[in-house]
Amino acid sequence: MSRIGVFICHCGENIASTVDCESVAKSASEIPGVSFSIDYKYMCSDPGQSKIKNAIIEHKLNGVVVAACSPRMHEPTFRKACAEAGLNPYLCEMANIREHCSWVHPKGEETTFKAFEILRMLVEKVKRNTKLLPIKVPVTKTAIVLGGGVAGIQAALDIANAGHKVLMIEKDPSIGGHMAMLSETFPTLDCSQCILTPRMVEVAQHPNITLYNYAELESLDGFIGNFKARIRLKAKSVDPKICTACGVCWSKCPVKKIPDEFNTGLSKRTAIYVPFPQAVPNKPVIDRTQCTYFVKNGKCGVCKKLCPASAIDFETKDEIIEVNAGAVVVATGFEIKHTDFFPEYGYGRYKDVIDGLQFERLASASGPTLGEIKRPSDGKVPETIVFIACAGSRDKAKGIEYCSKICCMYTAKHAMLYKHKFHEGKAYVFYIDIRANGKNYDEFVRRTIEEDDVNYIRGRVSRIYESNGKLIVKGVDTLLNAQPVEIEADMVVLATAIVANADSESVAQKLHIGYDKHHFLSEAHPKLRPVETNTGGIFLAGACQAPKDIPESVSQGSAAASKVTILFSNDELTREPQVAFVNRTFPPQYSSCTGCLLCIPVCPYKAIEKEEIKNRNGEVVKTVAYVNGGLCQGCGTCVAFCRNKSIDIQGFTNEQMFTEVMALNF
Amino acid sequence: MEDFEPKLAAFVCNWCTYAGADLTGTSRMKYPSNVRILRFPCTGRIDFMLVMKAFDSGVDGLIVSGCHPNDCHYTSGNFHAQRRWVVFKEVLDIMGFDTRRIFFTWVSAAEGAKWAKVVTDAVEELKKLGPYSEFKKILLKKLQFPLDNKTADREIKTEPVIS
Repeated sequence: MSRIGVFICHCGENIASTVDCESVAKSASEIPGVSFSIDYKYMCSDPGQSKIKNAIIEHKLNGVVVAACSPRMHEPTFRKACAEAGLNPYLCEMANIREHCSWVHPKGEETTFKAFEILRMLVEKVKRNTKLLPIKVPVTKTAIVLGGGVAGIQAALDIANAGHKVLMIEKDPSIGGHMAMLSETFPTLDCSQCILTPRMVEVAQHPNITLYNYAELESLDGFIGNFKARIRLKAKSVDPKICTACGVCWSKCPVKKIPDEFNTGLSKRTAIYVPFPQAVPNKPVIDRTQCTYFVKNGKCGVCKKLCPASAIDFETKDEIIEVNAGAVVVATGFEIKHTDFFPEYGYGRYKDVIDGLQFERLASASGPTLGEIKRPSDGKVPETIVFIACAGSRDKAKGIEYCSKICCMYTAKHAMLYKHKFHEGKAYVFYIDIRANGKNYDEFVRRTIEEDDVNYIRGRVSRIYESNGKLIVKGVDTLLNAQPVEIEADMVVLATAIVANADSESVAQKLHIGYDKHHFLSEAHPKLRPVETNTGGIFLAGACQAPKDIPESVSQGSAAASKVTILFSNDELTREPQVAFVNRTFPPQYSSCTGCLLCIPVCPYKAIEKEEIKNRNGEVVKTVAYVNGGLCQGCGTCVAFCRNKSIDIQGFTNEQMFTEVMALNF
Repeated sequence: MEDFEPKLAAFVCNWCTYAGADLTGTSRMKYPSNVRILRFPCTGRIDFMLVMKAFDSGVDGLIVSGCHPNDCHYTSGNFHAQRRWVVFKEVLDIMGFDTRRIFFTWVSAAEGAKWAKVVTDAVEELKKLGPYSEFKKILLKKLQFPLDNKTADREIKTEPVIS
């Protein structure tokens, strides 16, 4: 028999000002099955909760309905109170008479009546509630860090230093990401490699970190604390354990004309290569799309013949390994817009129109020009450089409305570096607004303008064309009454927009996380949960979420790492028992499930499996569905699909929902 | 018909529309009190037998609302709900059910104002349509065989599902 207790909260004046709580409490006591009903000013307060606890004990209640605010607000509070009084927390339900009633309707009889009706529906539902026990799941204390850029490196080191195992997956032969390509970093102008490479080495040598370079995530299954990942280790063709990185192979490789990705195409590399001298791990791989041995069916093999350590093996194949992990940090980084995205700026036609990343390589001491700024076309030092900020960014016509955030700063840095290296040179910067909002950032830009004499022009460039070996930049100066400006430049640097990785969408789908319309990965809450995703146990770090500079990427890496260590501080996780289950009878062959298994394809979590019921001779007598409670997240899509209602979801069972619907009354 | 107050139920998902309706409350927007909100984990959970049962319980109209496409907390529940609705609507049309009384929509957790509008519009619409007293007749109507030609040759209407 039901002995339901009903507790109506005034919420100060929030509910009581439009709903007559006393009369609701009085009417509620007359609902069949309700044995106790009371109204109180603040149910969620300590005395309010004691009223619930005392009533549970005194009246031996076997169900509680609290009519107050939204269950999204205080359901855990009241369920906890019930549990403290010895009542199963899942026998407590909340009727939302604040957000859905008192706040949206004027004072009056109708509002009071609606509050009562909401309450009554929940009373009917709670009569059908059953005791549920929370599900405990173990936690695998290993984290996967996807991407070995600066954000990933920071996250991996922090997690590893906290004493947990880390598996780092990097798609390139070396970790380091975009930061390794940079020359100097704003606003301090310290050398990017000098601050990054020690950390890269630390990752490689850390006892808690396993580095899978030249590898990709194939798939991720499972749930928070218990992920199963398949990692594709791409065939390197070189055994890193034997290789001594002596360099014979790449100096003798006959395929020498491949555009070097690390130097953004400004230099050439060989088919067997180490991306850059400071690479970690510093072992070569063979690019099979370019190597003569693979392209022309075994005609070459020079490196194999010459390798003193016999480390080269052409027969190695892609290998797929399976690993278990408890959390994933996604730090897959970004790409910049390039190639033919700016036909009006002649990019792709004129060799001397380059993007910001190419300028970084030109300015880098380890770059193709050893740090001298030279034109890619003829190797001359440019006497006039025009920098164009917001190339693509903040441009609706280009489909990129957002600000790429770092361009203002790196353009100032580029102009400054150029002036430092070539004092007589003239530098012009076309900008829309200067957004230098970081510590010492604005001072840096001011220094560029005032001390280094860089000419800042507020306006946009309409066109660039070549004439007499010069690039004619046509723009407008909006601060000078929109006067047209024409500059004869030797080189033009476009601060092109930062965009999400081309494979961002497929990565998001593999990880079951969201992404925005620009394909940047979505955080769970833009302000309060900036590093979490909507999928438990998967965290974001760095520019895969939005354009970010280095300090921000590093802090987000650390933030994601701290979220992972919080998760790993427990041996077990408690999960809500709101999961699906298949009705089973005894003996099981009389279960109502007919084994149509329609529920398997609709389950977004692959939580439903086929189960064969066998007799004692081992013969299959019936096939039924089986729900893995650890994987099930409780959406209930299978319940709606089940033809004969054999599958049900705890907390929202068919019985409960039908009762609630049948209790509709107006 | 002026004083007719329609009875409206709303089947909403926990993660988007329920939270959106909470936001309507938090923002103190007003909407008619004719609606009763029922919380489901996901629109994918909504069995259309429940929809029928709601009309059986005497509602004049029903709102089914979940997360926007691609925003489903459970990845794809809202797509299942949408697909089911496309098929189910056809079945209801054949039965002679007035499908104008079911309002299928998306309201996200950030769209408190949209929720108020959805409810207000639905109430307005139902006031025009009047009480759904024919529903009982549909239940009692015997299926005639063969179906008359009008029903057999009916054109399949493809109306936009998302509102």
